[in-house]
Amino acid sequence: MNRTKELFQKKSKDVLSVYFTAGFPDLNSTMDILLSLQKSGVDMVEVGMPFSDPLADGPIIQHSSEVALRNGMNLDLLFEQTKDVRKHITISLVLMGYLNPLLQYGVEKFLQRAAENGFDALIVPDLPVREYEFYYKDLFEKYKIKNIFLITPDTPKERIHKIDALSDAFIYLVSTLGTTGAKTNISDEQQDYFKRIASYQLKNPLLAGFGISNKETFEKACAHTNGAIIGSAFIKALEQDKNTEQAIKNFVSSIKQPEHIHK
Amino acid sequence: MSYHVDEFGYYGNFGGAFIPELLYKNVQELQENYLKIIYEPEFQKEFTNLLHDYVGRPTPLYLAKRLSEKYNTNIYLKREDLNHTGAHKINNTIGQILLAKRLGKTRIIAETGAGQHGVATATVCALMNIECVVYMGEVDIKRQAPNVARMKLLGAKVVPATCGSKTLKDATNEAIRDWINNSQNTHYIIGSVVGPHPYPDMVARFQSVISEEIKKQLKEKIGKENPDAVIACVGGGSNAAGAFYHFLNEENVKLIGVEAAGKGIDTGHTAATLAIGTPGVIHACKTMLMQDVYGQITEPYSISAGLDYPGIGPLHAHLHETKRAQFISITDEEALQAAFQLCKLEGIIPALESSHALAALEKITYSEQETIVINLSGRGDKDLETYMKQMNAQEEKQTHLQNQ
Repeated sequence: MNRTKELFQKKSKDVLSVYFTAGFPDLNSTMDILLSLQKSGVDMVEVGMPFSDPLADGPIIQHSSEVALRNGMNLDLLFEQTKDVRKHITISLVLMGYLNPLLQYGVEKFLQRAAENGFDALIVPDLPVREYEFYYKDLFEKYKIKNIFLITPDTPKERIHKIDALSDAFIYLVSTLGTTGAKTNISDEQQDYFKRIASYQLKNPLLAGFGISNKETFEKACAHTNGAIIGSAFIKALEQDKNTEQAIKNFVSSIKQPEHIHK
Repeated sequence: MSYHVDEFGYYGNFGGAFIPELLYKNVQELQENYLKIIYEPEFQKEFTNLLHDYVGRPTPLYLAKRLSEKYNTNIYLKREDLNHTGAHKINNTIGQILLAKRLGKTRIIAETGAGQHGVATATVCALMNIECVVYMGEVDIKRQAPNVARMKLLGAKVVPATCGSKTLKDATNEAIRDWINNSQNTHYIIGSVVGPHPYPDMVARFQSVISEEIKKQLKEKIGKENPDAVIACVGGGSNAAGAFYHFLNEENVKLIGVEAAGKGIDTGHTAATLAIGTPGVIHACKTMLMQDVYGQITEPYSISAGLDYPGIGPLHAHLHETKRAQFISITDEEALQAAFQLCKLEGIIPALESSHALAALEKITYSEQETIVINLSGRGDKDLETYMKQMNAQEEKQTHLQNQ
């Protein structure tokens, strides 16, 4: 069974997902970061595939992408680094990246290699719903990679239901109308938005992202969702502490107490 | 063959709207309403009046006699350089500011390369008393200083884009991010026929006044509406889209787009997207673009800031694929020589961008009887520093040779 789906069957509250950019801070830090994150008790990891022009990202993730590309990260290398990832990592693994690198790599070849390595799902913020349905849905299903859609405070209700119908793992609830890392608090208005979406009783779990940076915002975001995603704040923590393992341990424990330690 | 967008915003294999969900509402609103709004009689009246009284349209179609003599054919220059603000860009910004007002937007953002679109946007924002923020690459801010000053004088805030190549591509990224962060009150005035649907089609329609006038003016001057060829430079391709628009279905009119080869298409320092690019997605649009094997967008180069873009409008990618238009490329050096030639033969200082179109005369074949229209998209005041530098270098070289 798909590990991401399995995760939400076992755990429906306070799911913590952490995003990092592959190739940052060092070209070969990918596996170490994954192992440390699992050890620290996160439930899911989003592995960012760096792109030269990340339109939906704020300065922190832009910077990490620039460094990663300068370090020499590319898709072949990422798949090589994560070839044996499932010998060590049992938590849910999601890839995140922009459409153009996938198009050049070949969407089918990409999905095939992602599946071979044991990734569960893919987030492509600039892949439109219509293009997914028309051109790529069959391929995603063939390789059993779940496509994760985003919804925002502006997404109309009808469209949310359409996205729910097309989704089969979780829905990425963008907490605010902004780029990643642009805001660092969760307002009452955002809480109302989370409540509104929760009231739609969608079949898919909801993970909130954008603007989740610490324990307080994580807990607020989790109040009406199944969990939350932290990106920019984690990248910042990695940048500030050169001891990656310690930085990860400190960061994750500042967000939540692990209810159990993964092996 | 259709050269217009289909209901999903595609020109053949190119176009679409590859936007993050964060922009869905804004882009959807535009897609659903842009045609309705711009063809309202009230809108058309206001648009036409402003183009006439404020911009100074129609722009002349000028028979360039000495240039024609030199090339032994009949060359007409469409004088978009004589528009208010000095380039064709204002045709589009007038249209989009009227649209933004009708959509109830209170803040305008724009990207700019050479600064002409930024100036044209700052101008219409002053005219309509709307807040204006223009994103411009740090490199371009340096090489197009006069336009930066003009924007500031007009009340716009100019924000440098400091990422990547620090040119037009990066300014566009920053503008899109601003739009994501301020989607509720802000309209993004894209300056070229690029970006998500409906921008390529909308901008082409606003620029189509260029070819509409060419037809009328040619009819008056030579008794027939169609020239044998239309030549225009292409970065994103808005002036070319406007100059080609009403000739797209006139298959006997040759359409020639001129890209910037930079230092040469094989040198790694070029902006000739169609010459070396491959299909992909840039700025929410499927089109041809310059990229590496892993789909990372590569940094373009051209002496001309307005052509320094790694993508191209989807209409042009389609015209290229269907061979409806011919695309050639012109180096920095060739463009500079064409600019100096026009100064001396016709007393017109062209923009560096437009000089690429002029230089095409050296590359294409034509006969004595033909009528060729070159879209002179902008004036060269903003490029004086580059021109003077080149002129001084040439003079030094000359002196050096004489001394030997």
